[in-house]
Amino acid sequence: MAERLGIYVCHCGSNIAGTVDVEEVARWAGTTIRDVVVSRDYKFMCSSLGQQMIEDDIGQQKLSRVVVAACSPHLHEKTFRRACANAELNPYLCQMVNLREHCSWVSTDKVAATAKAKALVYAAAERVKWQEPLEPMPVKVNPNTLVVGGGIAGIQATLELADAGYHVYLVERSPSIGGHMAQFDKTFPTLDCSACILTPKMSEVGQHENVTLLTYSELEEVSGSVGSFKVKIRKKARYVDEAACTGCGICTEKCPRRVIDHDFEAGLGYRKAIYTPFPQAVPRIPVIDVASCIWFDRGKCRACEKLCPTNAIALDQEDKIIELEVGNVILATGWQLFDSRKLPQFGYGRLPNVFTNMEFERLCNAAGPTSGKIVLRDGKTEPESVAILHCVGSRDVNHHEYCSAVCCMAALKFGHLVLEKTKAQVYSFYIDMRPNQKGYEEFYQRLLEEGMHFVRGKVAEVTDATRQPAERGKLIVQVEDTLLGRQRRIPVDMVVLMGAMEPQPDAKEFGLKCGISCSMAGWYTERHPKLDPVATMTDGIFIAGVCQGPKDIPASVVQGAAAAARVQGMIAKGTVMIEPIVASIDEKACSGCRICNNLCPFSAIEFDGEKKVSRVITALCKGCGTCVAACPAGVITGAHFNNRQILAEIGGALWDASPVLEDARAGADEPADEEAESALSAR
Amino acid sequence: MKYAYYPGCSLEVSSAAYDVSVRAVAELLMIELEELDDWNCCGATEYFSQDELTACSVIARNLALVEPRLDQLIAPCAACYLNLKKTDRLMAEDAAMGARVNECLAAGGLSYQPGRVRVRHLLDVIHDDVGESAVRDKVVRPLAGLRVAPYYGCQVVRPAAEADCSEYPMKMDALFTWLGAEVVHYPVKAHCCGGHMTQLSEPMAFELIRRLLQSAVEYEADLILCMCPMCQLNMDAYQSRVNGFFQTSFRVPVVFFTQVCGLALGLEPTRLGFGKEIVPAMPVLEARLGAAPAASSR
Repeated sequence: MAERLGIYVCHCGSNIAGTVDVEEVARWAGTTIRDVVVSRDYKFMCSSLGQQMIEDDIGQQKLSRVVVAACSPHLHEKTFRRACANAELNPYLCQMVNLREHCSWVSTDKVAATAKAKALVYAAAERVKWQEPLEPMPVKVNPNTLVVGGGIAGIQATLELADAGYHVYLVERSPSIGGHMAQFDKTFPTLDCSACILTPKMSEVGQHENVTLLTYSELEEVSGSVGSFKVKIRKKARYVDEAACTGCGICTEKCPRRVIDHDFEAGLGYRKAIYTPFPQAVPRIPVIDVASCIWFDRGKCRACEKLCPTNAIALDQEDKIIELEVGNVILATGWQLFDSRKLPQFGYGRLPNVFTNMEFERLCNAAGPTSGKIVLRDGKTEPESVAILHCVGSRDVNHHEYCSAVCCMAALKFGHLVLEKTKAQVYSFYIDMRPNQKGYEEFYQRLLEEGMHFVRGKVAEVTDATRQPAERGKLIVQVEDTLLGRQRRIPVDMVVLMGAMEPQPDAKEFGLKCGISCSMAGWYTERHPKLDPVATMTDGIFIAGVCQGPKDIPASVVQGAAAAARVQGMIAKGTVMIEPIVASIDEKACSGCRICNNLCPFSAIEFDGEKKVSRVITALCKGCGTCVAACPAGVITGAHFNNRQILAEIGGALWDASPVLEDARAGADEPADEEAESALSAR
Repeated sequence: MKYAYYPGCSLEVSSAAYDVSVRAVAELLMIELEELDDWNCCGATEYFSQDELTACSVIARNLALVEPRLDQLIAPCAACYLNLKKTDRLMAEDAAMGARVNECLAAGGLSYQPGRVRVRHLLDVIHDDVGESAVRDKVVRPLAGLRVAPYYGCQVVRPAAEADCSEYPMKMDALFTWLGAEVVHYPVKAHCCGGHMTQLSEPMAFELIRRLLQSAVEYEADLILCMCPMCQLNMDAYQSRVNGFFQTSFRVPVVFFTQVCGLALGLEPTRLGFGKEIVPAMPVLEARLGAAPAASSR
């Protein structure tokens, strides 16, 4: 029996109809494509009226196949599949055509776009005839969750889930959780102490019965899929027995090797070879930095081992691989600071009194290397004037085009701290001032009143080349003041560079491990930038915090909580339906060559030694199609992507548009097709 | 390593010291220079400000003259370097302009395919192609105790020029460290030398020159090293005028980097064009390095 097709072409307001003649596409499909019973266009196919129309047609016209030519299936495939299911048509017999992203949004020529739309609709119509009814597979959701990254976003996500009664594995790469927020002194705009609001949350994580904290550990491998992921975690050797260590700190105190701390203290302070990064670290278990430890360097010392009261030092400890099973994964892997040396005109690394924003955070911090005194690089002189340069590495086509989002407010915070702690004059050199969240504009107004100087202009150079004797010993900020319309030279004692947030150096590679992608700038891509900001294209993998894009603490906390809420929803539901788009092997025809066994990236093919055939483990198969293409006997079939469906689709797409284009361009009227017209009106 | 060589007009007369020292240093560093036969004007700054097609055509003739077996061209003068580089780029980026230039070249029986010749500055060639270890191996007379201020000027460090970092160039700093000199911190290393301002507004030009001399004195440089004939001329020839104008007493020798590089490689000062500069450099060089050893000199 011939299939009965319904074609539905959406205007999407003017999104599609502005560039594609949708009425013509619907008319043409109804008169040209074989087996089409109904072909309609509609303003918004995704509206309830649009859906109802499809449902009614399925019932009344006895449609056996549906093609919806609208937007991306990422947005509305679910909608239209549900409409089909409502009308008791198997949802996998519905095919979407992406006329918006793939056609109207990327075209300006209406004639060509309309021709392309016809070809795309033709392809889908030819394909859908060969589609088979499929049933999604239910998978139980493992209630345990993996959170990667122990900064504020990861901490928030962890606590939300743990407090709701679910178990969380929190993996953190460095020796302690806390992230960048632990390094800050004050937080804007309320100026509450960063440590005071963060450390209670940190210790809660450390003591929570539902949290397994894995610090100094890295996620190595993720396999499986939503509901039942298998993950491998490398727990790096700490050289300290975590069970025996009490965190007394004697080892750190007695360790004879002192090195510059480039991590927590941003190069301004020291730490020992055996250390906890900061006093409130969670856990309070030190690690030995092999690169600076005398024992690992020369085979002598072992002072920590001799003096440890609980014999917790374990110099022969090795990395350990931990395998876990979790239902969902939240990535909150954060950011790193832009290297200001890449802008040599600002002199960082060359001119001693040029500081980075992270160095300045540590300078201001009461627990920092100067006990919170703002002093020059000599460690004692208080500056009489401080310049704060915005947008270092951000909003710069040579480095990062994006706005780093937090620097304007951080610069205002720095300005306030300088005015509060010293007698110095403070200058902000900004391109645009962007204090755009709750309480931020008010904070900007406050700094204007407090007497911070604002110069609108991108700094050309920070130099110690003096022109007047009065400038000697100063750093001169050369800038075009774009409000005054003139060049200015402003001599200062100290310069602070507001370096951009940038993606972690291994963000892309790490994302690939989890099956998610990055934007051009390197931030993780959310499922939808507005409507689904913490989910990703891979079900069960969520993102939170700065790894998704530059943002401040409140926004990171919001995302951490949002990701946790999404995971709780999955757990509460108990099962997830996963796409039945998997491979299957015709066991009768399989020769048992095992070529597919090793090619499968998800280890989803097992070999039956008795029958000497390969078999797909459906729960692990992701439907990638590698085995289908590789099978020398051609006996592996990819459901929903079999050869017949794909060849039919290609055949449809190759529909020859050139006569149509030529006719339209020549301005010729289309030959009236009376028979087709009457057929249309009859429907 | 073989390169086509384009000396340019300055190196024939006013900056003859640059030409002789470039050739001498190149020879010692195994940089084989093959001077273009019948080269012509690089257009200086004037041609481009008049008419782009004329400028490109005149300049592209030099690129067209590079023998097919060579694919790199060294131009020691910063202006020549920039103009040659710019012409090549304009022809590549604007195919219509490239075609028109080639029509003009065809009148003289020539043609040039944009991108065929890579235009280089000698500093960049010594730094990148010869490299640190080869340079260090050739040092006969380390410049120990000599404090040099490396001055790059503006043309070699334009963003599209590619010879060095356009914001804070470092290749000359590196080279003179290899040669054993004390390279002073010279924050104005890529600031303006005044260029042709001397012809338009002396007070403006003198102020720009003063800043460069002032910074060298402040950081106790024995001399300033240049890589552009215009810079060298402005700072050296106008130094007494600057002194008169500002009531200062600068006496900073300004020479080409290849001259001092040649000394380190063991060449005799007379082979390097010393003595042509107006503020004499030999007194300070002899004071720091001792008299040139006659016996071992090349």
